[in-house]
Amino acid sequence: MSVASSDTAVRTGRITRTFLYLVLLLFALFYLLPFGVMLVNSVKPLEEITGGNMLALPQTLTLQPWFEAWATAQIGVEPTGLHPYFWNSIKMVVPAVAISTILGALNGYVLTKWRFKYDTLIFGFMLFACFIPFQIVLIPMARMLGLSGLAGSTAGLVLVHVIFGLGFTTLYFKNYYQVFPTELIRAAQIDGAGFFRIFQRILLPSSGPIIVVSVIWQFTNIWNDFLFGASFADLDSQPMTVALNNLVQSSTGVKQYNVHFAGAILAALPTLIVYIVAGRYFVRGLMAGSVKG
Amino acid sequence: MGFLDISNATKSYGSLEVLHKVDIQVEEGEFLVLVGPSGCGKSTLLNMIAGLEEITTGEIAIKGTAMNGVHPSKRNIAMVFQSYALYPNMTVGENITFGLEMHGVPKPEREKAKAQVAKLLQIEQLLDRKPGQLSGGQRQRVAMGRALVRDPDVFLFDEPLSNLDAKLRVDMRTEIKKLHQELGTTIVYVTHDQIEALTLSTRIAVMNGGYVQQLGTPKEIYDTPANLFVATFMGSPSMNLVPVRIVEQGGGLAAETFNAAGETVYLPFSAPSAELRSYAGQTITLGFRPEAFTDPGGADRDAGNIVELDSEVVVTEPAGSDTFVMTVLGGTECNARMRADVQVRPGDVTRFALNMDKAVVFDPKTEKRIP
Repeated sequence: MSVASSDTAVRTGRITRTFLYLVLLLFALFYLLPFGVMLVNSVKPLEEITGGNMLALPQTLTLQPWFEAWATAQIGVEPTGLHPYFWNSIKMVVPAVAISTILGALNGYVLTKWRFKYDTLIFGFMLFACFIPFQIVLIPMARMLGLSGLAGSTAGLVLVHVIFGLGFTTLYFKNYYQVFPTELIRAAQIDGAGFFRIFQRILLPSSGPIIVVSVIWQFTNIWNDFLFGASFADLDSQPMTVALNNLVQSSTGVKQYNVHFAGAILAALPTLIVYIVAGRYFVRGLMAGSVKG
Repeated sequence: MGFLDISNATKSYGSLEVLHKVDIQVEEGEFLVLVGPSGCGKSTLLNMIAGLEEITTGEIAIKGTAMNGVHPSKRNIAMVFQSYALYPNMTVGENITFGLEMHGVPKPEREKAKAQVAKLLQIEQLLDRKPGQLSGGQRQRVAMGRALVRDPDVFLFDEPLSNLDAKLRVDMRTEIKKLHQELGTTIVYVTHDQIEALTLSTRIAVMNGGYVQQLGTPKEIYDTPANLFVATFMGSPSMNLVPVRIVEQGGGLAAETFNAAGETVYLPFSAPSAELRSYAGQTITLGFRPEAFTDPGGADRDAGNIVELDSEVVVTEPAGSDTFVMTVLGGTECNARMRADVQVRPGDVTRFALNMDKAVVFDPKTEKRIP
């Protein structure tokens, strides 16, 4: 007890501490409950859900709803399950995350180490991408995609997400590189390294934490995006989120809640995994950019 | 024409000129120190030589080739930075060879050069470590190794010792001096520490406010400072400056002032210049270093013109090797450097010996030295 409390700022008594843990436990349960309900109901036969208590544990355990959601469920008019759309999402998210992160890093590098006239103004404009409501740009964006021949394609979606992600990734990398010692860049210049060589050999190897931040942020946002997916994608490029909506909306006859639950978990799983794998670097990376010397 | 020529180089940011017409010729093998308080333009000048800052007007040439607009990597220079600027993601060995790699030197040659430099600087056992695992002194060595390995025409040092603690700084200072003697390289070295400037250099450029105040050997700078700024900036404790009146005395000239008790004191000049004679009757500033102002027993026996005077002691500061004794002359406090075991106490009237051979005089209006 004394060891545990020695590194906390405030000393607390046993009763306060118990109370504290109770409250925390309650909150944890509260936050986990929806996921728990989804998980429980996704492994039940449909009769158990329609016939009774949603919160009850399953009497017969079945993975059938998961298989159906993945492979055979009716999405719109096709009985394909969610799996083609899962791959659509992957094909959209991976390039979009990679491109926006790399471009953001380059932007941050230029805005901090190769400053030019009006660079802060340009950065200010880029920040608009972080705050502009997406609805406003839907129609102009649709027109641009149409003109460039990218309407309804995965490449078009990648382009849209890169443009809107760039504001955030630039902000992250700019803050991070701001505190990166400029003398290192100068030393590398004297050593004979050029613009890209300095970026690749000196800057990028020291950017681990902020790359993680950028990847998590971008992955989560792009994977979870519904508006752009619903507006700009065709049937063969629709992402997972749109397909999930179609799954839930298009069921004829009986609503297969267990399949819906399984599908929803499938749709949420990748962001969950990314956060669990890289999450501990997330806070560290955010801190690294914000604490200035 | 020198090895490194800085001719009429100026630097402006917009309409603000921060460096005014700097003219310095550096010979091959010279150790030039740029010294001055912060903001005097010394680092800007160094960065202009390195090519990290553009030259607004004028020219900087290395080995007769103008360097204006030439990329830093093509100038055949190497630089040691104040923060050492070691690449944190590379090992010491990679740090040292990075420049060679960028210049397309094949690997076997790089390895050979690395081994040589590591041996010279005694950092062989550190080659596989990352900079983060090194102490300040070790980082300093690696930074020098990275500069040395390129075998450049000119070495540039930007306050390389100011991040080290006092003891290590003195050690590294000696090492840099040894290295310069061994290799005979041309070095331009920026510092704000006047002791570093005096000990290391073959020539010093004292800078202030964007102007080179004086360019000369350490002895010239120390003994005959060009103006009051150089006189007070160089030397520690700094030069005593006393207002005196120039009077004619027995055919010669003397400086008239008064001691702590207000008694008039005459300090005769041994060989006054014609210029000084023209100041007769006027008040000027007499400058003398603490070591030229001592107790009679400790005075320089080879000096031709020692003037003894009595004055009251204000403060004594025993410093181990010497005792600094403060008195008042002409209304200003003067520091005398006496022998360590001299017996004086504050309030005593004691005898001082002033070596007038070493004294210099300044015009208080122009602040320039009167030759």
